[in-house]
Amino acid sequence: MADFEPKIVAFVCNWCTYAGADLTGTSRIKYASNVRIVRFPCTGRIDYMLLLKAFAEGADGIIVSGCHPNDCHYTSGNFHARRRWIMFRSLCDFMGIDTRRIKFSWVSAAEGAKWADIVNTTVASIRELGPYDDYRKVANKPVEEVSHG
Amino acid sequence: MSKIGVFVCHCGENISATVDCAKVAEAASKYDGVTFSVDYKYMCSDPGQSIIKNAITEKGLTGVVVASCSPRMHEPTFRKACAEAGLNPYMCEMANLREHCSWVHEKGEATTEKAIDLVRILVEKVKYNQSLDAIKVPVTKKALVIGGGIAGIQASLDIANAGHKVILIEKDPSIGGHMSQLSETFPTLDCSQCILTPRMVEVAQHPNITLYTYAELESLDGFIGNFKAKIRKKSKSIDEKLCTGCGLCTTKCPAKKIPSEFNEGLGNRTAIYVPFPQAVPNKPVIDRIHCTYYTKGKCRICEKVCPTQAIRFDQEDQIVEAEIGAIVLATGFTVKQTDFFPEYGYGKYPDIITGLQFERLASASGPTLGEIRRPSDGKIPEKIVFVACAGSRDQAKGIPYCSKICCMYIAKHAMLYQHKVHGGKSYVFYMDIRAGGKMYEEFVRRAIEDDGVNYIRGRISRIYEKNGKLIVNGADTLLGAMPVEIEADMVVLATAGVANDGAEELAQKLHVSYDSYHFFAEAHPKLKPVETNTAGIFLAGACQAPRDIPESVSMASGAAAKVAGLFSQDELTREPLIAVVNRQAAPVYSSCVGCFLCVSACPYQAIEKEEIKNRAGELIKSVAKVNPGLCQGCGTCVAFCRTKSIDIQGYTHEQMYSEVVALLNEY
Repeated sequence: MADFEPKIVAFVCNWCTYAGADLTGTSRIKYASNVRIVRFPCTGRIDYMLLLKAFAEGADGIIVSGCHPNDCHYTSGNFHARRRWIMFRSLCDFMGIDTRRIKFSWVSAAEGAKWADIVNTTVASIRELGPYDDYRKVANKPVEEVSHG
Repeated sequence: MSKIGVFVCHCGENISATVDCAKVAEAASKYDGVTFSVDYKYMCSDPGQSIIKNAITEKGLTGVVVASCSPRMHEPTFRKACAEAGLNPYMCEMANLREHCSWVHEKGEATTEKAIDLVRILVEKVKYNQSLDAIKVPVTKKALVIGGGIAGIQASLDIANAGHKVILIEKDPSIGGHMSQLSETFPTLDCSQCILTPRMVEVAQHPNITLYTYAELESLDGFIGNFKAKIRKKSKSIDEKLCTGCGLCTTKCPAKKIPSEFNEGLGNRTAIYVPFPQAVPNKPVIDRIHCTYYTKGKCRICEKVCPTQAIRFDQEDQIVEAEIGAIVLATGFTVKQTDFFPEYGYGKYPDIITGLQFERLASASGPTLGEIRRPSDGKIPEKIVFVACAGSRDQAKGIPYCSKICCMYIAKHAMLYQHKVHGGKSYVFYMDIRAGGKMYEEFVRRAIEDDGVNYIRGRISRIYEKNGKLIVNGADTLLGAMPVEIEADMVVLATAGVANDGAEELAQKLHVSYDSYHFFAEAHPKLKPVETNTAGIFLAGACQAPRDIPESVSMASGAAAKVAGLFSQDELTREPLIAVVNRQAAPVYSSCVGCFLCVSACPYQAIEKEEIKNRAGELIKSVAKVNPGLCQGCGTCVAFCRTKSIDIQGYTHEQMYSEVVALLNEY
């Protein structure tokens, strides 16, 4: 698996983690180039169906990151995101998605180094888990092939 | 069909050093809907912006993607450029090639590929962007200031002098706050009350200021420029119009043994009382918890002696409703009491007092008329110990921060003691002396060098009583942690400054964020120190963090300037990136099924119920409706909605899903 380059999508909030990742840039801290950031106003906006969509479209790993508890720009969006994540984990288990492929974290606007660290550790752990095609195999299966058994 | 222009910036060499910008522009030119694609050295420069503007007019672009730095940096610049060329500014998106790509990765194909991906994501997003108009809301030009300490007083006066109406509310019977309790102020040793009371009187007499003392905020609705406040005026049991403030009632009241809040428990007051002689307004209130009539059902002596028949035992709390445009929060702070410290006797020794209690002892209006006497037996202490950082900078006590004002007031206290008790010995135990400020360090040096205060660097491990003396055990860390024992007559603890008890509750009422210590949080620690994250609510003074008087006053003037700036406009414009509930033609009207789950999700109470009725006025269905003035655009409701009926402009389902699909399909 050493030569495998995982595709990782990061869903981040505009106020903390996006700004934190900006700070990583401003501080010129290098990290793995596997991550593509999608900007949201708040982690509370993140519809977890988007995570499933990302897996269906070929993501190997996902990072969800926002403001630390009590630091939310909108007071409570990150708490909703966290609560939703707890529910979503069970759904992932049920669907057979390895929850180790999703990294849920808090990165503030001042934590540039932490963002680089999270990206690097996530890339390393996804590299170890290998490419993720189970979900795509199921999702792309034509209807007639599904056994009604 | 979209006509999208892609503009790739080199940012000098900041991007082009690691990303092949020409290749990015070329790759972008091949995407569906991209009709123009170019790379240029500095897109944000005038010629760079001209390239964008010309392309918009000449190619008739319907969307623009600028691939350059972070949108947090230059989004307003490029949106403005688009608007100047006649394109709706919200049809412009930015791909962050600098902070998120060129600066954090090495030069190579992978980096250029990532840059290409980032551009493609935004190209797909911008296809679903909609033209949006900034939201306009009217402004009510009246401010509410909460808290009548020096910060609230200053903010009220500044706003009122700018020509706007102000309502100032104060929970205590008089304005003045902690500053009115202080004896003298550092570093000038000005008499605190002498400089404060003229301001208090000015507030009371100002034609633009309505003062409600003994009043608290009941609730707040609305949004910037359009708040609706309910203020609870607690019953004073006095008809303020009739009361002349003669004070006869306070001399006759039989309940005389009530610890005075103003004197920090070192003196007593009556049940009907004026907190201090210079109080504004100088009219008494009845403390119903201690009043004999309210507790035992008989007495009414004040009623009998009142020459104007102003006593009203049946008076009830009054709710005042006010429409206001902006709020200044100036609720101040409090200090930890001596019972917080087990190592210093849990508050059981009367001669261990707080710094604020010492202020009362040193004050000419205090219980000892300005003489330093111990609370237990009234003796003048011959040896006094001041303990800095009592609670502050102590992780174990849950107060890791520096309370900031203590180093200075301890130097002042020690100095006042030396001035008042000739031949007395004073000791200050400190961790560091933090005297940053104009003339502050010089002031501390004066205490040490001119007044002979003994500064010992070390902490106090324990204080206990023995033969009528307080034995203070400490260590002198500048002498190799040599144990120090002082037999003191009195100990003053510079206890930590902490947030008020009700701060958390008030913050929740106002939807203002607060930190883990319950101090109110500013919008940005450096560049927005007096704003909160809730538009239209500003901060002044020690409710944000421990502050001294000059800082509180500057903050208050800063907040007042923000309010005056806000009130200089008749209408406000806001970003239209807010949630909307879809509407369709009859008979569906909206895909919203009226579960109102979104209502519980919204942190701003921005979602209301709207009833759709037919011509006969019969209810067809109830659906959610977003108040555009209240919505801050977090989108939490969007993720909650079961029927995907609510969407957020600028981050719609279509936009976000197309980003994810575009991202992974050529990744």
